[in-house]
Amino acid sequence: MSQLEVEDLEVYYETEEGPAQAVDGVSFELEEGENLGIVGESGCGKTTLAKAIIGILPDAGYINNGSINFKGDDLTEMSGPERRRLKWEEISMIAQSAMNSLDPVYTIREQIVEAIETHRPGTGRVESDEIVTEMFELVGLDPERADDYPHQFSGGMRQRAMIAMALALEPSLMLADEPTTALDVIMQDQILKRMGSIQEEINSSMLVITHDVSVVAETCDRVIVMYAGKIAEEGPVEEIFNRPYHPYTIGLKRAFPNIRKSSQDLLSIAGYPPELVDPPQGCRFAARCPMATDKCREEEPEAHYENGLRSYCHYADEIDTELRPYADDSDTWSQTAAATDGGVEE
Amino acid sequence: MSGKEALLEVDGLKKHFKVNQGWIASLMESFGSGEPDYVHAVDGVSFELREGETLGLAGESGCGKTTTGMSLVKLHEPTAGDIIYDDQRLSEATDAEIKKFRQNAQMIFQDPFESLNPRMTVYDTVAEPLRIHDIPNETARVQRALEFAELLPAEHYFDQYPHELSGGQRQRVAIARALVLDPDFIVADEPVSMLDVSLRAGVLSLLDRMTDEFGLSVVYISHDLSLLRHMCDRLAIMYMGKIVEKGPTDQIIENPQHPYTQALINAVPVPDPGVGRDRVELQGEVGDVIDIPTGCRFKNRCSEYIGDVCDQVVPPLEQKTEFEQDVACHLYESAAGYDPYEEMSGSPSAAETGDGAESTPADD
Ligand SMILES: Nc1ncnc2c1ncn2[C@@H]1O[C@H](COP(=O)(O)OP(=O)(O)OP(=O)(O)O)[C@@H](O)[C@H]1O
Ligand SMILES: Nc1ncnc2c1ncn2[C@@H]1O[C@H](COP(=O)(O)OP(=O)(O)O)[C@@H](O)[C@H]1O
Ligand code: SF4
Ligand code: SF4
Ligand SMILES: [Mg+2]
Ligand SMILES: [Mg+2]
Repeated sequence: MSQLEVEDLEVYYETEEGPAQAVDGVSFELEEGENLGIVGESGCGKTTLAKAIIGILPDAGYINNGSINFKGDDLTEMSGPERRRLKWEEISMIAQSAMNSLDPVYTIREQIVEAIETHRPGTGRVESDEIVTEMFELVGLDPERADDYPHQFSGGMRQRAMIAMALALEPSLMLADEPTTALDVIMQDQILKRMGSIQEEINSSMLVITHDVSVVAETCDRVIVMYAGKIAEEGPVEEIFNRPYHPYTIGLKRAFPNIRKSSQDLLSIAGYPPELVDPPQGCRFAARCPMATDKCREEEPEAHYENGLRSYCHYADEIDTELRPYADDSDTWSQTAAATDGGVEE
Repeated sequence: MSGKEALLEVDGLKKHFKVNQGWIASLMESFGSGEPDYVHAVDGVSFELREGETLGLAGESGCGKTTTGMSLVKLHEPTAGDIIYDDQRLSEATDAEIKKFRQNAQMIFQDPFESLNPRMTVYDTVAEPLRIHDIPNETARVQRALEFAELLPAEHYFDQYPHELSGGQRQRVAIARALVLDPDFIVADEPVSMLDVSLRAGVLSLLDRMTDEFGLSVVYISHDLSLLRHMCDRLAIMYMGKIVEKGPTDQIIENPQHPYTQALINAVPVPDPGVGRDRVELQGEVGDVIDIPTGCRFKNRCSEYIGDVCDQVVPPLEQKTEFEQDVACHLYESAAGYDPYEEMSGSPSAAETGDGAESTPADD
């Protein structure tokens, strides 16, 4: 049994136009100690997925269908108090822009101690202080600065303090939503390394959510590429980067400049992801895909399994045998851009 | 790209900001007690911007990139130093000449959500600079700028407000506004860092076209070195208000010489799991730019620190004998024959208290 098993999960948001299908039929498993990355453009459902797992969906959001099994229990059927116990103790989250979510009127120590005492009533002050010291050392902060207020920390230090807080109860699953996006490269590097070593120490597994494919390439064992609420492709990080079958994965990977390659053309995937209230039938990527055919616009692709990858594309086989050079050529994509006129409205 | 003429020369630019300006500090100052503190945001920066080139400015958060950029377009008055444009020292320029300079120097900011006035339509946003500078043929110019920025058809956007546009479209409006005066150069400060992947590549290729089709010079500010490698002809790496390394992009990325540049490049993640990198971590954070250390500003974090000379002598940014780029570090031999150890022996305490082995001139 995997630590986490998400099955056919549908998370919708109530909107005036009807339910927005932010996560639509997502299934995956996460083993103990494993690092799983989730990448995709803004709005494809990454944060929603994480919020559903930890149980902090906003009022408009609800689980429409599916299950989230964590260590054998279905979280979607748990009572409120049971879920709250799990949160932080078993599953913790480093939220997007976490560094701005510390409370300015309390010291960092007060905030961490408060979190510990809420979840482990009976923990003495001495023990809580020890945890604070230990966690500060783990994330590379000077424990003497635990009594500072958030504004006395730089952005990178605040981000590390949030990580310290997320780790304080040694959760077995960490959800990290864009943990380093707001930081510069040096700080990003420091934090990613810290998270890696801490994880080994407390043997937790981690879901790393990011739009930056290089962060995933360096920190994860496996990756899920999401597009418009669905999984486009999933598999081991080497396979996803070296021999993906899904055109979206190929495009996304080439949209990022690589410091090791000087003259590689950046590829631009023209247009925007589709509306999620009334998503198109067939493959959701069809409107932007240079390989799309009528079949793509009509039939939803089934999973194609090969080389440890799960790829939702009708033409996964052909991409492997003959279409790969075509899909990996930036001209292919700019022609699609011209055809769709690029200036598609949001 | 080398051999092109310099469009602009920055000569010893400094920009210091007074801090602790709360009422207590100013009260103390008025009683003559307590000196105000200064943030040395930019502290003696010199470089040239050549015609048609893209120059990248990189470095950690807080190293002074934005302040340099804003000084370049005269959004800041320099504390010291000068900008030479068209053979004219701006410190000596007349009001009319400054106005002409402002027309030729434009800036694009990081956050398109904040840099556009929410109450102005796209048309007025782009037309405003034309009105300020009394330039005729407004409609035709606005139309052309929007078309260049690939907001098509341009008329469709005329009456729209920023909140009706996507992030990428807003950044395109900001680009159209910067281009409408037909400037000589543009400072682009993290122009795509707020944009999502799908929008990013499009805006980048637009910036590329500005230099290719209009021969515009661009100063591109970012801490994303992968991006700078893709966009720039030359790079300048900044650390605590100073340039530590400067030269052709490929040279600097493939063969960095300053220990700081090496650490910075090492920290960049690579979108390729097969490529391992040598992950030596740069410890700590940028030091305080209020109390400037003596000698080399990078000394506390430097893995190559070679003793008293680093501690006492400020390494000048200069041509070295062994490679093409300019570097500010005592590890390398000066091409002009400058000897930092001479300055140490000039200060008696340094020569006597320094431990012998390290303060004798290196002769490798
Ligand atoms: N509170 C909400 N009410 C209505 N719709 C929402 C709400 N939160 C998110 N959505 C919608 O759900 C979809 C997925 O949002 P989500 O924030 O999960 O995406 P994401 O991949 O995390 O994007 P980003 O990278 O921008 O954070 C989007 O279409 C978004 O507009
Ligand atoms: N108006 C200002 N007043 C005081 N300090 C400033 C001001 N603008 C910038 N600084 C300081 O100058 C330094 C460099 O800032 P900046 O140019 O914004 O760096 P970067 O763009 O590289 O992040 C920082 O220490 C910053 O806090
Ligand atoms: S199914 Fe068709 S539209 Fe979808 S990714 Fe594959 S080729 Fe493109
Ligand atoms: S001058 Fe000295 S301290 Fe500074 S970078 Fe060079 S070796 Fe390091
Ligand atoms: Mg998100
Ligand atoms: Mg800046």
